[in-house]
Amino acid sequence: MQMQENLQNYNFPDHKGHFGPYGGVFVPETLIHALEDLRDNYEKLKNTPSFMEEFHDDLKNFVGRPSPVYYAKRLSEMLGGAQIWFKREDLNHTGAHKVNNTVGQALLARHMGKKRIIAETGAGQHGVASATVAARYGMECVVYMGSEDIKRQASNVYRMRLLGAEVVPVESGSKTLKDALNEAMRDWVTNVENTFYIIGTVAGPHPYPMIVRDFNSVVGEELKTQMPQMIGRQPDAVIACVGGGSNALGVFYPYIKDEGVRLIGVEAGGSGVETGKHAAPLASGTPGVLHGNRTYLMQDSNGQIIETHSISAGLDYPGVGPEHSWLKDIGRAEYVSANDDEALEAFHKLTRIEGIMPALETAHAVAHAMKIAPEMGSDQVLLVNLSGRGDKDMSTVATASNMGL
Amino acid sequence: MSRIKNKFEELSRNNRKALIPFITAGDPNLETTLILMSALVKSGSDIIELGIPFSDPIADGPTIQRASERALAGKTSLSSVLDLVQKFREKDKETPIVLMGYANPIEALGVDAFVARAAEVGVDGVLVVDYPPEESGALNTALKKNQIDSIFLLAPTTLEARIADVAALATGYVYYVSLKGVTGAGHLDLEDVSKRVEQIKKHVEVPVGVGFGIRDGETARAVAQLSDAVVIGSRLVEEIEQSDAKTIVTNVESFIRSIRKAIDTE
Repeated sequence: MQMQENLQNYNFPDHKGHFGPYGGVFVPETLIHALEDLRDNYEKLKNTPSFMEEFHDDLKNFVGRPSPVYYAKRLSEMLGGAQIWFKREDLNHTGAHKVNNTVGQALLARHMGKKRIIAETGAGQHGVASATVAARYGMECVVYMGSEDIKRQASNVYRMRLLGAEVVPVESGSKTLKDALNEAMRDWVTNVENTFYIIGTVAGPHPYPMIVRDFNSVVGEELKTQMPQMIGRQPDAVIACVGGGSNALGVFYPYIKDEGVRLIGVEAGGSGVETGKHAAPLASGTPGVLHGNRTYLMQDSNGQIIETHSISAGLDYPGVGPEHSWLKDIGRAEYVSANDDEALEAFHKLTRIEGIMPALETAHAVAHAMKIAPEMGSDQVLLVNLSGRGDKDMSTVATASNMGL
Repeated sequence: MSRIKNKFEELSRNNRKALIPFITAGDPNLETTLILMSALVKSGSDIIELGIPFSDPIADGPTIQRASERALAGKTSLSSVLDLVQKFREKDKETPIVLMGYANPIEALGVDAFVARAAEVGVDGVLVVDYPPEESGALNTALKKNQIDSIFLLAPTTLEARIADVAALATGYVYYVSLKGVTGAGHLDLEDVSKRVEQIKKHVEVPVGVGFGIRDGETARAVAQLSDAVVIGSRLVEEIEQSDAKTIVTNVESFIRSIRKAIDTE
């Protein structure tokens, strides 16, 4: 399917939460009422000026928005092609874009009278952001995290505990992000009346993919003002890494109708998409139903979800937000992948050339920019969403690069 | 007429309530499941709910998660579950079989292909945990065309207006999830179940089964007095998990007999 949709009328999801054939509300009956309640409250609050003022006030004074746009001059000159620019989400409070959404959802929770929040986390960034807003708004917080990820992201686990959150290790399945999501869903089914589930990515049942996208869209909205100020126009391409896809959709969404801006999502290629050991459902998966929505999935021929592989815990997920599936099918966004070693190389390059240490997730987007920049002219501009900083990845990088810590 | 409807009518004539055990197909292996299905019938079960194992069962507690993992470790697939039903039907043409599972394995096989094969092997009802009425259109159409019952869940959180919407789609029976939680969790609030079943009965013409949280003869009997059917899953799966190859059939039979006896006690 190539651009069959008239993008000027792009308006998704529909009232049932569908993005074409994707999205939806694939959940057990027990959760239906809570999701309808959330949808109704969100529809009301997003049109309530005082609520949106509160949200933007916290983004400004608590998160530190707007985040700057930075021209990576040395990196660009070294590569000898397109100019590489960064949207510095790594400078946000808590170190990643994740906090934009958690501030929004915590405010929703507060307006809905829920005192307990739960979250799932892979790399720990969403868990830290959730624990942070729970502390900020005085709420109880429980974070589910795969025991494998707890090992990979020990410093974030400690941060969450310092912030007063309970971190629950998940031992089922592959012990990573998807299993943490399963366990958070089970908690929510059980405690649905007093609990608000802060989903960290643009996946899950409707209205989550829409809510998380909307709260993260502040990133792309800022860019649309900042880029003309910096370079007199919009960038030629916007590049972001895609696990569930919340940082990518945060920059893509405001640009969907600007057809001159290429949108490029970079999935985790792991050991290489051809090896099967990766986390790139858009590159090699097929549509199916997981975690409340229909989307591209990594699955076997019997419809069982298969284990994913990525050096970055935050991209190690077998599904992807349903809107990305739709953007792929209609041809509005391109999806590519970067392997573990390419991401690692990009991590080191960016650290040494620009003095910016990206999260390993983010390093996938940087790797792709480094790949395509040399083929482009120096008048062309690639904007990379620098979604998070790499402090949390020290031990993974040290191990992978054979460096002592 | 559907086997499920027949069964409930027969029970009703005899003033009895249905006992519906749930087991996961392929736990511990498909050969044993086939033997257990006959054992369930022999010891007093009326309808069998057969779980289709899935890698990410979000509505299930640890007991049924482990059963799914065991079944998947033995390479159980939806196709092999359908073959299992075919084998069971060669010996038992009466006992209704309801397949219960998650959407993805069904979509991977293809909704129409799944339903065609289910009809061919003698499946009587299908319950897809993550297909609420909103998302069940294609499956319902196919099931209806093939005269297979669409079983839906109702929950403590389901609003009354929605009960009526579900009632319009439900055939066979509806399954009331008696507590907020995953399978095998918590304690039953019988007073609450009683009120809710009464409310459901105002809207639903098909029988009402109650499940989640039924642990023993006492809770089974109490629930039977409030509803048309008792569904017992996690506690039975525990019995399977704790048995070895030698004891599994006798353990399952004696457990089901004890529940049957409790339900039938006035």
